[in-house]
Amino acid sequence: MPTVVIPPLMRKFTGGEENITLPGATVREVIDNLESRYPGMKERLCEEDRLKPGIAIYINGLLTRGSFLERVDTDAEIHFLPAIGGGVAEPSH
Amino acid sequence: MAEKKEYKVIGTRPIRHDGVDKVTGRALYGADFQMTGLLHGRVLRSPHAHARIISIDTSRAEAYPGVKGVVTAQDLPEAEDRVADLGEGAVNLKYLCDNILASDKVLYKGHAVAAVAATSPHIAEEACTLIDVEYEVLPPVLEVRQAMESDAPLLHETLKTTSMGETADEPSNVASHIQHQLGDPEKGFAEADIVVERDFVTGTVHQGYIEPHNATAHFNQDGQLTIWCSTQGAFTVREQVAEILQYPISKIKVVPMEIGGGFGGKISVYIKPVAALLAKKTGKPVKVLMSRTEVFEGTGPTPASYVRVKMGATKDGKITAAEAYLAFEAGAYPGAPVGPGAMCIFAPYSIENVIIDGYDVVVNKPKTAPYRAPGAPNAAFGSESVVDEIAEKLDIDPLEIRLLNGAKEGDRRADGPIHPRIGCIETLEVAKAHPHYSAPNGKKHHGRGIASGYWFNIGLESSVTINVNSDGTINLIEGSTDIGGTRSSIAMQAAEVLGIPAESVNPSVVDTNSVGYTAVTGGSRTTYATGYAAYEAAQDVKRKMSARAAKLWEVDEDNVQFADGEFSCINGKEEQISFRDLCARLGETGGPVVGSGTVNPGGAGGAYATHMVDVAVDEDTGKVEILRYTAVQDAGKAIHPSYVEGQIQGGAVQGIGWALNEEYIYNDEGTMTNASFLDYRMPTCLDLPMIDAVIVEVPNPGHPYGVRGVGEVPIVPPMAAIANAIYDAIGVRMTELPMSPDRLLKAMGKI
Repeated sequence: MPTVVIPPLMRKFTGGEENITLPGATVREVIDNLESRYPGMKERLCEEDRLKPGIAIYINGLLTRGSFLERVDTDAEIHFLPAIGGGVAEPSH
Repeated sequence: MAEKKEYKVIGTRPIRHDGVDKVTGRALYGADFQMTGLLHGRVLRSPHAHARIISIDTSRAEAYPGVKGVVTAQDLPEAEDRVADLGEGAVNLKYLCDNILASDKVLYKGHAVAAVAATSPHIAEEACTLIDVEYEVLPPVLEVRQAMESDAPLLHETLKTTSMGETADEPSNVASHIQHQLGDPEKGFAEADIVVERDFVTGTVHQGYIEPHNATAHFNQDGQLTIWCSTQGAFTVREQVAEILQYPISKIKVVPMEIGGGFGGKISVYIKPVAALLAKKTGKPVKVLMSRTEVFEGTGPTPASYVRVKMGATKDGKITAAEAYLAFEAGAYPGAPVGPGAMCIFAPYSIENVIIDGYDVVVNKPKTAPYRAPGAPNAAFGSESVVDEIAEKLDIDPLEIRLLNGAKEGDRRADGPIHPRIGCIETLEVAKAHPHYSAPNGKKHHGRGIASGYWFNIGLESSVTINVNSDGTINLIEGSTDIGGTRSSIAMQAAEVLGIPAESVNPSVVDTNSVGYTAVTGGSRTTYATGYAAYEAAQDVKRKMSARAAKLWEVDEDNVQFADGEFSCINGKEEQISFRDLCARLGETGGPVVGSGTVNPGGAGGAYATHMVDVAVDEDTGKVEILRYTAVQDAGKAIHPSYVEGQIQGGAVQGIGWALNEEYIYNDEGTMTNASFLDYRMPTCLDLPMIDAVIVEVPNPGHPYGVRGVGEVPIVPPMAAIANAIYDAIGVRMTELPMSPDRLLKAMGKI
């Protein structure tokens, strides 16, 4: 199952746990399952049907475009990180 | 993919395709653009760093002979306080619009307030003085730590700090707080035999591109808006203008002219929407050119910052823990590059226990814009100085301590992701073996310094179309502004695929109606991503040309192979035809061949650099002279080595300017007092030795030829390398940039 690395500023949701293993074949499924296990996480990460501005997803170390449709491998490592500001590299949503 | 191999075109040094036009003055820049009936626009800017706009009366200006139109923020569609997706980034639309023309408050000296279109630039300038603006002047806040105080004047009454999706209750100048943590920093510091902690301050620095911003806008009778301009990304101009004017993207065409430098500073728009507003109001084409003072005062520099770094190590030099506090000035609106700074600060090292806090803080200065590896140089000045100090205190060679702790494939970065194949250790090894490192350097007040740097590089979208000509050449159509010879580095990747000389490729950078979406020339992505698109487009051409050969020889396509520019038949027919000869037979085999490639690659591959510098410090004047400079950098694969060397040299030189001279000098009212190239001191060739650029090639597995971006990382190490060299020369740790003569004299206790 994919592993989500919880950002330090959100670890209060997980009782300090850093790595959470969850089922999910897409980013959307992973986030929904995260919300089921830790209510309130989705609100922190998403608004409407997309990631909040200022938050980016890395899958296996690669910056993605933040789409909820993005496929996730069973052994994927997912990071929710601050989007890179400054105009050159912040992913669109 | 990306194995080391021999190439015919890649790695050679052909003359750049746009070279003759550039050196003979025939290349057309935005300021050269002319049109029948052209009006000239000028912008009225705020004399105050922080003030509320009470009223704007444009009647006297409108009545001035020769004036054809005046615009203010009232002419912009009402901007919602919402985040707009601009392809290259998410931007608060209200902030974006207010930075174009201030609506309720001016937030920095030079903030645009109104604009005039007139029959001559002089009339427009004169008319600007006739616009009456009543201000309520407010106290400015000009320094990041002051802006973070709870009682600091607020720039935005509604701005509240966000921390990974959580919003604070009270308004603040701190727009956001980010944090990365790895391992257990407390435990790591407890394991250390030595801990070094220092504060660092860096000044506000401009990109210093030679060509000022410019834009000409024209509305056709059918409502089609065309903008001719200097930009790093025609498509992002189109997106920004569409959002600001609330105008359909399909009705906007952006034509990128040649660019006289950008370095990140020509991604944001300033006068382009203003020119469009004036063109709409007057019904005429309007051209707006910035002066150098406007460029300094009214466009985005890179932020000043306060950086605190603490690192611990064992006696044998193993770094056990690192901590950083980064507070960056965003300027008037949120968006300082503190994220990249936090990503990069400890990336040259493998450290198990790390904590990094970053703060994006608004101040009464121009909204910052990207500048070459935005955020990373500020951060590296701190971390690389502290690593040097640890090495010195432990009596370990500064390169050896970097080799001992150097980041490798499989190590986890402090922000989380695991390093793929990287060339950090390789740059250190090459630096160690370089004759510069073993050269004598023992004279009094002479010193040598080392520093490393990292930049992650980006991918994003690129599109390329290739049209095959009957004479064996190809026309390569691309959407990436050519900065630093990218026409050639992109053309060479297509040429390599097709087995033709680089000179047989005619590259063109075209407007937004004429090529598929292409993201900005920025993030060191162009040779990587647009080159990748050119590779794909050439592969598409190769497939289609193979089909033509098969048709010619009346065999299945599977029976045609292509190598070294020759198609050959492998079913025993012994047929062979060169790419060039087959091009002449396109008409009889089916007509034109057009290839296309569109990519959005994720494997940009980070780049590392290690720099070493020798300096001489004049003890009486405080002047630092650069005696020798060597910059070692991993390029993955250097497509055109001359242009890679040029990027390395250019980045190093800009870093030297940042280190020694360049800064915005403000008075207490928030006015920049050195807003000209006479007083804002950039280095010239008279200040510099030849920069020895050494290319290391550790192929990036995320690109067919192994390319890594090269344009940004060379500006990351210079400040710390020079500071470390100054310490070696005079025994004084410099912690504030620039390390100008007065600061050196003060540090030496001479003044």
